[in-house]
Amino acid sequence: MPLYRDDAVVLRVHKLGEADRIITMLTRRHGRVRAVGKGVRRTTSRFGARLEPGSHIDVQLHSRHDPEQPPVGARGLDIVTQTESLGSYGAQLAGDYARWTIVSVICETAERLTEEGEPSLRLYLLVVGALRALVERQHDPQLILDAFLIRSMSAAGWEPALTECAKCDAPGPHAAFHVGAGGAVCESCRPPGSARPQRATVQLMRDLLDANWTSADTSEPGPRREASGLLAAHLQWHLERGLRALPLVDRAAAVTAGSPDLPAVAP
Amino acid sequence: MYEGPVQDLIDELGRLPGIGPKSAQRIAFHLLATEPADVERLASTLRRVKDEVRFCRICGNVAEDDECRICRDPRRDPAAICVVEEPKDVVAVERTREFRGRYHVLGGAISPIDGIGPDDLRVRELMTRLADGTVTELILATDPNLEGEATATYLARLVKPMDITVTRLASGLPVGGDLEYADEVTLGRAFSGRRTVD
Ligand SMILES: [Zn+2]
Ligand SMILES: [Zn+2]
Repeated sequence: MPLYRDDAVVLRVHKLGEADRIITMLTRRHGRVRAVGKGVRRTTSRFGARLEPGSHIDVQLHSRHDPEQPPVGARGLDIVTQTESLGSYGAQLAGDYARWTIVSVICETAERLTEEGEPSLRLYLLVVGALRALVERQHDPQLILDAFLIRSMSAAGWEPALTECAKCDAPGPHAAFHVGAGGAVCESCRPPGSARPQRATVQLMRDLLDANWTSADTSEPGPRREASGLLAAHLQWHLERGLRALPLVDRAAAVTAGSPDLPAVAP
Repeated sequence: MYEGPVQDLIDELGRLPGIGPKSAQRIAFHLLATEPADVERLASTLRRVKDEVRFCRICGNVAEDDECRICRDPRRDPAAICVVEEPKDVVAVERTREFRGRYHVLGGAISPIDGIGPDDLRVRELMTRLADGTVTELILATDPNLEGEATATYLARLVKPMDITVTRLASGLPVGGDLEYADEVTLGRAFSGRRTVD
């Protein structure tokens, strides 16, 4: 397939040489793809602006993969030959620092949870949906992030147990929660050091997983903070190394910017 | 593969930005065919750049001394600071001849996905410079791409409570590019047409 076309979200860009960029994107049908954007850093570039993190694009790529040969270094990367913008989500969010840090976490998570060339339609749709929700200010930005995180973990097969015990399947709800054990745990399975989140926190995670926004939008700051912490811990536990962007999320500003009537959460 | 030192040279050159294996090989054989005096001059320049060039303790620009040429120049307006990402951006802005103030080099842009936050850049040093009230205008001339935009947004928010006019280069710089690739006329126009960030 010398030329192929797909919809994609740009996850990350790297400088390459004098004026090129390596673009890491999550495509709808071809999974994660790394490709070269030739000359995009020059001010005369036709599509520099469309190859920025958080851009939703219709992209045409020239595949340099020789099916007979394993790809070697940068020579094996595809080349971007055409792009059309489907939504400049990143560009609309870079002017809002708190939301931009959340875009970064979404993109990094998507990159870490996918493999090159292995389609992951569910994750692709989650990324596009989360970016659109951020731009349209549908919900508190931190809730949008946490909903994205719990649903992408579910897509990756790491959905935290929220009702039944993660170890013995005993029907819940259970008061204890242990990240290493996989979520909610019953009293007899509970490992030492388990957290005891508020019942509203577990309910909020359930709502975020099920997209029950009417309930999630009215949750209190305490459970929100606790759910964010547990979901971040759950994700980091499953990844070999932690997400770099997660500690840089501008939480205090994100919460106040999203709902002016909520008190700011201490960082 | 070549014999020892030739291959070492090709490998070293190949690590430089923008130089692929083919170019590395071409440069290596060029150097082999070059007069010894010319190669010696290149080698000593490389050593000197590491030994002698430092970073200005005030603005972070490259300097031969504790302070750079611009910070030492009494004719430069101390009331205006232009914030850029890299020392090469100082050169780009200087070429426009539009700016007579001083600079602050951040050392990059905020990029959470790469783990680079405000604490990894020279942001605290900038805030220290702004604290005594001398500076009345801060020009944010980060790259016209999203990381540059996010960095400018962050700084504007940080400086907001202070009595300082914060300006951003006018649009017209193509989005997605590097500041250093903007020609003098375009960059000069963006500079003179800079707008206040609220
Ligand atoms: Zn159990
Ligand atoms: Zn200086």
